[in-house]
Amino acid sequence: MRRYNMARANEIKYLTAIKTDNRPKKYCRFRKMGIHYIDYKDGEFLKKFLNEQGKLLPRRITGNSLKFQRKVSQAVKKARQMAILPYVTDLLK
Amino acid sequence: MEVFTYLCSPLKKADHLIIHKNGKMNNYELMVIFTPVLSDDEYKAAQKKYESFVKENGGEVVNSKPWELKSLAYPIAKKTTGLYWVMEYKAPSSFNEKLKIQLLRDESVMRHMFTILDKYAVEYNAKKRSGVSSVTENAEV
Repeated sequence: MRRYNMARANEIKYLTAIKTDNRPKKYCRFRKMGIHYIDYKDGEFLKKFLNEQGKLLPRRITGNSLKFQRKVSQAVKKARQMAILPYVTDLLK
Repeated sequence: MEVFTYLCSPLKKADHLIIHKNGKMNNYELMVIFTPVLSDDEYKAAQKKYESFVKENGGEVVNSKPWELKSLAYPIAKKTTGLYWVMEYKAPSSFNEKLKIQLLRDESVMRHMFTILDKYAVEYNAKKRSGVSSVTENAEV
């Protein structure tokens, strides 16, 4: 039986590009490692959550859960007050 | 403070009174940046002064750690370096106000900050002191 209405696989066109790359799922590193306290005194560690201008990176990039993103932001702000981290710079890393 | 605790736990009124009599202690951490012009002796004397001030007011010093001279991320009072000092202590809740007055009066103090430590923070600090590699180091991406 001939199927007139069926398109062949190479003829199908999508309106939006389908995702082909399989990115690893993001996770909250604090949840995973069982860390409960984020130290504001450890500037080097906090730099992982900052961009080059010393701004806080969003959750969608770091993958932190909301609870720990809040704690990170508190720690960064404390570190800034005590001149461990800069408020504004260029080329932090 | 009394009213506050009473509202929070009306059923445990008696407990609260006992705690109050013995003096409820909270865990705090104080970080101070002294001006870099201080000599070594003055630096140590200043630390000792605040430690004894804690003890006089019914507190207890858990740990005191001088970081020595450290460069600041941005200039404070036209200085690019500062003498850091971190003290962990237990004290009644009314104590920090008194200490704050002392710190603000002290001209050698460029900046100070109090932190209230929760149980996880106390645990973390204790671990770090005992030499276990700090917990955060394991949290690589």
